[in-house]
Amino acid sequence: MSGESLVGRTALEHLDALAKGELSARELVQAYLERIERFDGHVQAFLLVDADGAVKKAAEVDERRARGEPLGPLAGVPVAVKDVLCTEGQRTTCASRILENFIPPYDATVVRKLKEADAVLIGKTNMDEFAMGSSTENSAFQVTRNPWDLTRAPGGSSGGSAAAVAACFAPLAIGSDTGGSIRQPAALCGVVGLKPTYGRVSRYGLVAFASSLDQIGPFAFDVRDTALLLKVIAGHDPLDSTSVARSVPDYLACVEEPLEGLKVGVVREWLSEGVDPEVATAVRDAVAVYEKLGADVCDISLPHSKYGIPAYYIVAPAEASSNLARYDGVHYGYRAARYEDMIDMYCRTRAEGFGAEVKRRIMLGTYALSAGYYDAYYLKALKVRRVIREDFDRAFEQVDVIIGPTSPTPAFRLGERLADPLSMYLSDIYTVTANLAGIAGISLPCGFTQDGLPIGLQILAPPFEEERLLRAARMYERETEWHRRRADLQQAVAAVSKAG
Amino acid sequence: MATSTEATPYTIVIGLEVHVQLLTETKLFCGCRNRFGDPPNTNVCPICLGMPGVLPVMNQKAFQLALRAAVALNCQIARFTKWDRKNYYYPDLPKNYQISQYDLPFSHDGYLEIPTADGGTKRVGIIRVHLEEDAGKLLHAERGGKSQVDLNRAGTPLLEIVTKPDMNSPAEARTFLEELRLLLRYLEVSDCNMQEGSLRCDANINLHVQHNGQTVATPIVEVKNMNSFKAVEAAMAYEARRQYEEWLRTGAKLGEVPKETRGWDENRAVTVSQRRKEEASDYRYFPEPDLVPVVVSEQMLQEVRSQIGEFPAQRRLRLAAEYGIPEYDARVIVELGKAFADYFEQFARGLENPKNASNWMLQDVQRTLNAKGWTIEQFPVRPEKLADLVSRIERREINTHAAREVFAEMIESGRDPGAIIAERGLTMVSDEQQLKAIVDQVLDENPKVLEDFKKKKGKKRKQVAGFVRGLIMRQTKGRADAALVERLVNEALVARTGVPLE
Amino acid sequence: MALSAEQVQAVALLARLRLTDEELAVMTGQLNKIVEYVEQLHEVDTKDVEPLAHPLPISNVFREDRLRPSLPRDVALRNAPDTDGEFFLVPPVLD
Repeated sequence: MSGESLVGRTALEHLDALAKGELSARELVQAYLERIERFDGHVQAFLLVDADGAVKKAAEVDERRARGEPLGPLAGVPVAVKDVLCTEGQRTTCASRILENFIPPYDATVVRKLKEADAVLIGKTNMDEFAMGSSTENSAFQVTRNPWDLTRAPGGSSGGSAAAVAACFAPLAIGSDTGGSIRQPAALCGVVGLKPTYGRVSRYGLVAFASSLDQIGPFAFDVRDTALLLKVIAGHDPLDSTSVARSVPDYLACVEEPLEGLKVGVVREWLSEGVDPEVATAVRDAVAVYEKLGADVCDISLPHSKYGIPAYYIVAPAEASSNLARYDGVHYGYRAARYEDMIDMYCRTRAEGFGAEVKRRIMLGTYALSAGYYDAYYLKALKVRRVIREDFDRAFEQVDVIIGPTSPTPAFRLGERLADPLSMYLSDIYTVTANLAGIAGISLPCGFTQDGLPIGLQILAPPFEEERLLRAARMYERETEWHRRRADLQQAVAAVSKAG
Repeated sequence: MATSTEATPYTIVIGLEVHVQLLTETKLFCGCRNRFGDPPNTNVCPICLGMPGVLPVMNQKAFQLALRAAVALNCQIARFTKWDRKNYYYPDLPKNYQISQYDLPFSHDGYLEIPTADGGTKRVGIIRVHLEEDAGKLLHAERGGKSQVDLNRAGTPLLEIVTKPDMNSPAEARTFLEELRLLLRYLEVSDCNMQEGSLRCDANINLHVQHNGQTVATPIVEVKNMNSFKAVEAAMAYEARRQYEEWLRTGAKLGEVPKETRGWDENRAVTVSQRRKEEASDYRYFPEPDLVPVVVSEQMLQEVRSQIGEFPAQRRLRLAAEYGIPEYDARVIVELGKAFADYFEQFARGLENPKNASNWMLQDVQRTLNAKGWTIEQFPVRPEKLADLVSRIERREINTHAAREVFAEMIESGRDPGAIIAERGLTMVSDEQQLKAIVDQVLDENPKVLEDFKKKKGKKRKQVAGFVRGLIMRQTKGRADAALVERLVNEALVARTGVPLE
Repeated sequence: MALSAEQVQAVALLARLRLTDEELAVMTGQLNKIVEYVEQLHEVDTKDVEPLAHPLPISNVFREDRLRPSLPRDVALRNAPDTDGEFFLVPPVLD
């Protein structure tokens, strides 16, 4: 089997071939490393490719398999990890100058779980600096391109992970989602991305952006692989007070079971104004698929969802302004070369170490928490947050899942939204409310535009109903072929060089 | 106060803000050791270093100790409590925020009763008690003009206790601290050592001056850098005088000038105004999203109350009265903690004279604990066994010398005193005929001592008698009845030399 | 309510960010635009609404008071910009 015919398959297909002895983990990782070598210069999904570590791990899996030893559920499968998760002994930068040379002496719990599952950690992916952004253009180091059209953004902030899967650099990837940072790039890159319920996956070792909103989640080509990866990373962690002590269902085992009498709510507000017509059409087509499957489809209203973005842009920056205070040039990370005194050292270090978007959010959050403004902004936003949560509670009394578009538009051109921060913030208009409410959400491919750009369908479920979410998503996926399409990188590269 | 007098035309008003470190094994949010005096930056981990992505998890023991202290301070316990971030930049604070409690502390509105000079008691109100993390230490190094940061203390559990301005003299402030220390030591909440910083105290002080038939409040001053109870008393006395002189000079009243912070200068015995911060502090408190709230159940409270039992001030009085031991001994026993006092009581109940128990506890037992670094819970000899041993001294079965030998063996092997005494033949020799024969034999063999006894006078003569007693003890391997030997030796020396003892 | 450049400068000091005059001007404009947008929160009637700081309704999460290994000192100091092998070093700090 040639390398090029290997890449682009799903993790479950790889696991099957590995188990049958049709190929070795070493051959598999080599195929992906060659693919990365060939195309990542164009896509720039990775900040770090750990070829040696990956090959070593793959060889270990092969040897253990040969000896008949028990292996983990991801044995030999390459996984790309967003550079926001700490990896012991391996540079973890959050795509920021301020952490350019930071080497954590610890693994994030999710990284530890991946290692214990015998996954092959192939590299660290690019992202918006400290996960702040919706295009991955806020990386201090490089701009990641959308594999479907290299002149467009992959979305963000987990754009590197989404692009890595879409570019067939790895069948699985890990991202983090604070306001849509998994679901939106999944939609823009034509892959599946899932944001678990707040508390479902340990945040230990996830470099914090907004602690009450952040969750780690999987990227994959399809729902079944997503279920597989979620099962590995979910679960209670004594190192995270906010991780919940609930058992983790075997998501993969039940994912093929359709949901009898499924009630689907379509968000009225999300299909009216501000949504791209091609996106709206694709989502309506998806609704029709559920109707055909016998689901009970109805319109629902989330009347306060339009306040999601303003509430989010108070709560998230407020928490971020505090979470990012630790980057001060004292205990680790970048320190300015010249300064006058202690305070000047802080101010210059942070001015030189952080990019523009990070500074903007730190400023916004500091202002929202400062004396005299706390009640008007921060406290008000927390009250609106409860109102938004109550909208969902009411909706889930009527329906089992909520569906709508993931992003109002398909992938936008690089640079298009950089000058106007607000226009970029509005990319997350349909995704932020799930973070504010703490519920589970998934984005999966539901079509392509005339220009060949992927469109994402968002499905939301009540807290800790990931099983329902995956089963509902799989019902749709079985009826469609969108998840089987792969970006043609050779053609994408040719298109760019022709235009250039 | 009806009219002002020449001597004190004002009332002193003092409120204290006390920080005490809790006696936990580990820090508040991570498993690093909570201990004073270790080499710098050796009790640190990614969590207390505030590295990216790490999260705090609350130490249950710390919360229990905090509850115990608050219940003992008669506080209202909040059923729902949460933690908040206090944001400020300082190099000893790795995250540049302190996890503390802002609007919903776990306890509030309590009091501590303190003894007054006239033999009565007075209640000092407690506004709030809350649980927070400590910062590290910043040291000023000579070399290169840089400051050094040690984070061993960063993240250790700290209780903040804020009193009402209920103390009206420097002595009362000191008494409050002494009573607080007694309470918290007894409850094993904190060792309250001001030198090591496990108890730290700032004071707010002003005066209510009688002026033209009205009471005028002077500006409140916060006093810091007081490193002992004595320093607190001295600083308060100094500050009261200084504020009165300033009032006479300027007439400034409360609210007319910004709040001043002054530091106590121990060497010069004065308070010195501290440089005002360049920026107004704005701590931007908000709920700590990485921790979840604590809901205190009735069951948790019951448990804490049952752990406390009798309060130390009561127990101190009871120990002195019930066992007839000196008040000083009772105080020290209670200050050494509840478990120590429990041990004492079990021990003393097995003795004829409980004073022997306090002597043994405060000398032999305490010396052993210090040498081995043990707590009383780790002490291997149970109180009944120790009572068995010491009661044998009371019954004149063995002497103190032999008892110490048995005590040492009991610590090593844990065996019963009776068995050790039998095996080593340590039973006291108290047969008068037998001992008299040994005295005679010794004097026969040492004629020089008789000459010395005759020649020397006063103290020196008595020393000769002591030397002879030593020889007898050696002959009997330390087992002789010391009082009997003394009488027999004195009688024999006087009889043989014809000179009196004195 | 518009933010002045002076207010933005004061926030920058609280946040320990040094802004050049040019950055200050841009930042002031952008923050005002965002704050203006966020103002629409005040359209929502939140009378009698409890703030929601935390999406999870859980409480009382504790760990046992048990030692876990600390880092060796050289590892603890390894990422630091300036140390003397025992301490983290910073510019001189006055009280």
